[in-house]
Amino acid sequence: MSLDRTDVDKIAHLARLQIEEQDTPEYAQNLSNILDLVDQMQAIDTTDVSPMAHPLDAVQRLRSDLITEENQRENLQSVAPAVENGLFLVPKVIE
Amino acid sequence: MEWEAVIGLEIHAQLATKSKIFSGASTAFGAEPNTQACAVDLALPGTLPVFNEEALRMAVKFGLAVDAEIGRKSVFDRKNYFYPDLPKGYQTSQLFHPIVGIGHIDITLEDGTNKRIGVTRAHLEEDAGKSLHDEFPGMTGIDLNRAGTPLLEIVSEPDMRSAEEAVAYVRKIHSIVTSLGICDGNMAEGSFRCDCNVSIRPKGQEEFGPRTETKNINSFRFIEKAILGEIDRQIDLVEDGGQVIQATRLYDADKNETRSMRSKEEANDYRYFPCPDLLPIVIDEDYIEAVRATLPELPDARKARFINEYKLSEYDAMVLSGDHHTADYFETVANAASDAKIAANWVMGELSKMLNQNDTHIKDSPVTAEQLGGLLERIKDDTISGKIAKQVFEVMWSDGGSADEIIEAKGLKQVTDSGAIEKIVDEVIANNSAQVDQYINAEPDKRGKMIGFFMGQVMKASQGKANPGQVQGMLKQKLDALVS
Repeated sequence: MSLDRTDVDKIAHLARLQIEEQDTPEYAQNLSNILDLVDQMQAIDTTDVSPMAHPLDAVQRLRSDLITEENQRENLQSVAPAVENGLFLVPKVIE
Repeated sequence: MEWEAVIGLEIHAQLATKSKIFSGASTAFGAEPNTQACAVDLALPGTLPVFNEEALRMAVKFGLAVDAEIGRKSVFDRKNYFYPDLPKGYQTSQLFHPIVGIGHIDITLEDGTNKRIGVTRAHLEEDAGKSLHDEFPGMTGIDLNRAGTPLLEIVSEPDMRSAEEAVAYVRKIHSIVTSLGICDGNMAEGSFRCDCNVSIRPKGQEEFGPRTETKNINSFRFIEKAILGEIDRQIDLVEDGGQVIQATRLYDADKNETRSMRSKEEANDYRYFPCPDLLPIVIDEDYIEAVRATLPELPDARKARFINEYKLSEYDAMVLSGDHHTADYFETVANAASDAKIAANWVMGELSKMLNQNDTHIKDSPVTAEQLGGLLERIKDDTISGKIAKQVFEVMWSDGGSADEIIEAKGLKQVTDSGAIEKIVDEVIANNSAQVDQYINAEPDKRGKMIGFFMGQVMKASQGKANPGQVQGMLKQKLDALVS
């Protein structure tokens, strides 16, 4: 399977990645190689194997419904680029 | 052409856990921004989610209440999208193996007919934070207190054909989740929100038309208005030769119209995949049965019991069982007054009128069920008339106190002393000779009605305190004595 430029652009857009136009062919090639590997794996007959939700055959442990976290706003916001009135500020998002 | 609407609903019910679905931060509403957002909620590197057992129990409760298949093995998936109110870059949700599978509920429509509506599934997921767009020029403020609050997304089958059916369905789900105690149901605070999928098709056609989704409607009234508006919009569009475009729309309550938010053609590709940070949740029969044993009486069962045990009408039983706070209140009043009929009348009448006027929920009623029960007891034992009871009730509402205290303090006790009543009756007859003559000269079958005038005069003279039954008997006796 091979990806073209538009596929790479779309994936980059979905992942919010900015890529240089000159690098696109190389990305397309590398990603295609990965998909080729997937194709190779797809050739294996897995009819009788049920899909796994997780590579470990284990079960989720549960937590009691207790409040264990204290307010650490000051601490956590000290690394934020912009904060006002306790809110994180981000570039305007318009729907 | 005759059109038929097809409606399916997605309801997001915030689960009433103390802590978040994957972290130990509090879920309490109304805290200062970001004071309840911990490192996990902020998706700081190196943090890992740990699933809250109470969220699981609540979801299973709901599944059992709608007679659904419970997922013995359910799995969390990542729904990937970028939006700053969700710092992880994905929402942890359940797509492929939800905790609650196919179930159903029955709704009752205004004309008394019942209809079964399918519940396709219900799955656990996390809520996102809140964005404040208007406060900072060029910037958006983000409050992540709500991020990670557990949600149960309840998806219906496209079984509804009118706005009325849709509202009845939403009310029923609301009534179930609040009765179960798994959601506080507060629509104004966003604890219970609804997305409406609406399409139209010519009546008789099998396949569905393209649908629109109207997001996050947070009141029963708006659900009805948004759906009615959207159905009209689609019919007008198609009849004018246009086409409905599959899109997400926003309901604008101020303008009472829906407007396009984004079209689904350029929709995000969510790239769902199983969340590698969370293992599958496996539950067994014992667990399910243990949860089943904790289920409270559900609205349908309660309604049936109200009809059987209290002999309420179908309508009264439906209204009183619809909300569990109302149902509890009614039962307390009915037991205190040992009379279900009068209790039902007062809860649905005076009490509900005052609650509406003061925009108060019954759970915050200043008049408790015990107080109201005590008041109704005094009507039953003829201490006061129903009319005086309304006065007492108003005092109770504004100043508090028991019925007995208020009746005593205000001197409202009904006069049953026949001597005292007779004195007033005699005065009224003596002071209204014109009406007495009319009475005497009237056809015998008209006289019964004419007594009403004298009744009114006597009650007025006694300031409403004379026992109406005694007054009526005495008036009839005395007036009829004048006829011969």
